[in-house]
Amino acid sequence: MSIYGLLFDQTECIGCGACEQACQAEHDQEPHEVTKLDDQSYNWVEDLGDDVFTRHFCMNCEDPTCVSVCPVAAFTKTELGPVVWDASKCMGCRYCMLACPFEIPKFEWYSRNPRIEKCDMCIHRVSERLPTACASICPTGATTFGLREDLLREAHRRLNDNPERYAGRVYGEHEAGGTSVLMLLSKDPAASGLPANVPHESLPHLTWSVLERLPQIIPVWGVFLGGMYWLTDRKNTVADIEGYQREHDDD
Amino acid sequence: MTKFTIPRITFWRCITVLLAVLVAGIVVRRFTFGLGSISNLHDGMPWGLWIGFDLLCGVALAAGGFTITAIVFVFHLEKYKVLVRPTILTAFLGYLIVIGALLVDLGRPWNIWHPIVFWNPHSVMFEVGWCVMLYTTVLFMEFLPFVLERFGIHKPLRLWHRYLTPVLVLAGVLLSTMHQSSLGTLYVIAPQKLHPFWYSQALPILFFVSAIPLGLAMVSVESYLSLRAFGKRLHPEILRDVGKATAVMLMFYLTIRIEDIIVRGEFGNIFAFDAASWFFLAEFVIGGLVPMFLLFRRDIRENSLALMGTQTLVVLGMIFNRMNVTVTGFQLGTGASYIPSWMEFVLSIGMVCIGMILFSFAVRNLPVFEEGPLEDPRPTDPIAEMTR
Ligand code: SF4
Ligand code: SF4
Repeated sequence: MSIYGLLFDQTECIGCGACEQACQAEHDQEPHEVTKLDDQSYNWVEDLGDDVFTRHFCMNCEDPTCVSVCPVAAFTKTELGPVVWDASKCMGCRYCMLACPFEIPKFEWYSRNPRIEKCDMCIHRVSERLPTACASICPTGATTFGLREDLLREAHRRLNDNPERYAGRVYGEHEAGGTSVLMLLSKDPAASGLPANVPHESLPHLTWSVLERLPQIIPVWGVFLGGMYWLTDRKNTVADIEGYQREHDDD
Repeated sequence: MTKFTIPRITFWRCITVLLAVLVAGIVVRRFTFGLGSISNLHDGMPWGLWIGFDLLCGVALAAGGFTITAIVFVFHLEKYKVLVRPTILTAFLGYLIVIGALLVDLGRPWNIWHPIVFWNPHSVMFEVGWCVMLYTTVLFMEFLPFVLERFGIHKPLRLWHRYLTPVLVLAGVLLSTMHQSSLGTLYVIAPQKLHPFWYSQALPILFFVSAIPLGLAMVSVESYLSLRAFGKRLHPEILRDVGKATAVMLMFYLTIRIEDIIVRGEFGNIFAFDAASWFFLAEFVIGGLVPMFLLFRRDIRENSLALMGTQTLVVLGMIFNRMNVTVTGFQLGTGASYIPSWMEFVLSIGMVCIGMILFSFAVRNLPVFEEGPLEDPRPTDPIAEMTR
């Protein structure tokens, strides 16, 4: 389990957008209005109406799908928690985008040398034991940074103390096998604009259960093909010899 | 004195030139302004027509290569030997098209070799990448003897056929079957994104099994096209047998497919008659059951035109299946909107045309068919016209 995490409490968020600005500044992006996640926006505070807001950003999964699917291992899950991407390895196949259950990685569609862009949980700050930009600027404490263990305990404490305030569970505790980012939602995930159908198990095992059998399948399949090759060929040889003998018997 | 002749301007030549100019323009645009400038792909729809049609279908069409080499060399059914070379050629060209499509589709194609050095055995794409590399190499080496023969290099060829060919054939069948199924495995990671009619844990098996009837059907269609283009004599009795085999393998596939649907409890939804169910029914009935029943009928198999029509239906049905997995099923599962841009279509058509032109060039200059390089093609045929 990773060390650090983030806890977002929807009931505390006032939608001020300070974390959007802090995130853009932290990643040297032009300050801009965010209306969806894209290659320039790693963090988006969505207005759901009735003074309810959702934050969208990378969940930094515990067993990340993106790490598992990338053919060149451009993604890594750091010990600390953040999931990071290495520009020098990526070949732009976009399998990570297809596979991520939270639809997080975004692509630079109008670039000659396109990058995959997503929240990196401020790896440069976290590796110095500093909280992420969004957590350190949040004026209400809706986003807090800390040890994932502590945050999970805190989330359950809040759930127990005020069950009527929340929609039942901690989003991210089990989603995709658990994520470094945890969310306490007042509306259920679908109503909060978050993916609601994410399986509660880590996804990489789905393909791994196929791939791990290859070392067994390949030899068996190879032996079968080779065996068939030899077997049927031998039949031909036998047929040839018999044919040869028959010809000579006639003499 | 050399005589210069100005090529006659014909309708098909104009089309070819126009297409070539368009393709070149689109490629330049792509490498100047990015993928977004030529395609309608977006963050919610990272893969589209190129992956669905050029890549998955290109590979699926090359399936003829592994089916026929397996039948002839592994199972030693020698009477199908006449089909080997044309199918090896198509498979090779199919994979060149795949690589061509990848070079356009990958965001950073100059890093295409990275899977060689940066390993991630947990990634299906890593397996796909290795299969493409290795199988293209094998196909190239299976293709090389055509060229050597053409230039009369016979001595090394004898050794080649004796020692190398069996290894190549086995490696080829192994790699190609792995590649077919791994393309299905790619989607196993996204259960919540693909519509349940197309998502299945068994996708690798479905892709592998369906590649066999597809390969057989493709071989027939190819032979028919060569007849049209080059007046190449068909082997009616062989194509009839291939038709029979297609019917059986198709039945095998359709049984697995419908069982898979039943096991996952989706059977009832087939008759919901919403968009998904229509797409599924079109794929399963028109592209599957109908040609299967037709191929089981003797009168259809005896009539070469009807046989070709039916086999074409099989091929179209399978293309439809692959497109449903990559595009329609994904859209129905995620709600993403996507209609390919005209430039995506032009590039796809361009790729197919390049393949046809190379095929036509190869059969006229290399000993692909058993009677050696073919004579000048029939002048009335568009494909031949384009490539002369
Ligand atoms: S949310 Fe997506 S991009 Fe982020 S770590 Fe998980 S799989 Fe990777
Ligand atoms: S687009 Fe890049 S980072 Fe994403 S899976 Fe492909 S190679 Fe890996």
